[in-house]
Amino acid sequence: MRSFIPSYEMRTPKSLAEALELLAANPGAWRPFAGGTDLMVLLEAGKLDHRRFLNIWNLPVLRGITVVADFVTLGALTTYTEVLAQEVFEREFPLLTAAARITGGIATQNRGTIGGNVVNASPAADTPPALLVYEAELELISQRGSRWLPYHEFHVGYRQTRLQPDELLARIRLRRRTSRWSQYYRKVGTRRAQAISKVCLAALLDRKTGEARVAVGSVAPVPLRCFRTERAILDRSDPLPVLAQEMAPIDDMRSTAAYRTRVAQNLLRDFLDGR
Amino acid sequence: MTVNGTVQTVETWPMMRLLDVLREDLRLTGTKEGCGEGECGACSVMMNGKLVNSCLVPALQAEGAEITTIEGIAGGERLHAVQQAFLDCGGAQCGICTPGMVMAAVSLLQRIPAPTEEDVRNGLAGNLCRCTGYLRIFESVLRACRRGGIHA
Repeated sequence: MRSFIPSYEMRTPKSLAEALELLAANPGAWRPFAGGTDLMVLLEAGKLDHRRFLNIWNLPVLRGITVVADFVTLGALTTYTEVLAQEVFEREFPLLTAAARITGGIATQNRGTIGGNVVNASPAADTPPALLVYEAELELISQRGSRWLPYHEFHVGYRQTRLQPDELLARIRLRRRTSRWSQYYRKVGTRRAQAISKVCLAALLDRKTGEARVAVGSVAPVPLRCFRTERAILDRSDPLPVLAQEMAPIDDMRSTAAYRTRVAQNLLRDFLDGR
Repeated sequence: MTVNGTVQTVETWPMMRLLDVLREDLRLTGTKEGCGEGECGACSVMMNGKLVNSCLVPALQAEGAEITTIEGIAGGERLHAVQQAFLDCGGAQCGICTPGMVMAAVSLLQRIPAPTEEDVRNGLAGNLCRCTGYLRIFESVLRACRRGGIHA
């Protein structure tokens, strides 16, 4: 059933300072609202339990992409369309580009944000596996200050993160060191466009050293970085059983645990055979 | 906000969907509701020049925005090239998806004036049609751009 719209409040803070002040004054009372591509779906389904939202969509300090010698930094409100328009991602972070391209249709790509995808914390989201293999770092800001957190430490349980109630995700930083590695991203869903994934695997491999990074979506309560699988690849032992051990997939409306395990292994083998 | 070139003032709840504001408050019923969850594209409009699903935009975020709906696509009595091509090629059947398809196609041709069929498929991937099987829709969009008519 649809939600009762008048019971929802939304405010537009005029500055980042005002947004942080509102978040700090009464922690947990206000939640950030960006492009709305997840939250409005919950609203329509009558499942948006929280009632008070801060419209951060128009805060320019949370936008923009900056490229410096060692890093590319994205404002949390960077949309999928903005990722697709920036050549540096296609060239150095093609898995993020691939994830952006298969996220929804054009209308969703115009409104959905990378920061929103991270904070919404769905284990089935498309960009987290790519961000995990690029070892993204997140800048979390509040009135107390700013802190950087490795992305793989951000998700701590199903839809639970280390983001404190008074904090906002401000920026996401990617280190520019893997552009020469072999790269792989594949989402398996019911159809190519507009479908939530059954399994989504991102992987990187440095052919010279054997150093690998593997992350999988939709196979655990959180987007999963598979450190032990990476170790097996480096050690030249069979990584496929290790990958199966590292995952914790479930049966649900979209797929089964057995299918997810099999497909994730197939994707990893596909990548490693293709190297 | 400005809708199809006219400044409109609406009093509503902040989380009211832009779709409802357009249809109920402004009586612009050309924009359709399909799924209400951003999957089908029937409610596509342009907001500040970008294609969006109006079912996923809260009214507060449309404050001050420039909105173009299907009603603002034709030039008076003269159909937009995309609309004409949909008529000529049989790109519309039941018609529920058509306004959204046209909006997505117009948006595509603004970004890519000479799209390949692959571009058309990607550009319309967010719009579902249950009648046509899509081929005539793709043909319509390709014909519209062959006529070079994005400003028609």
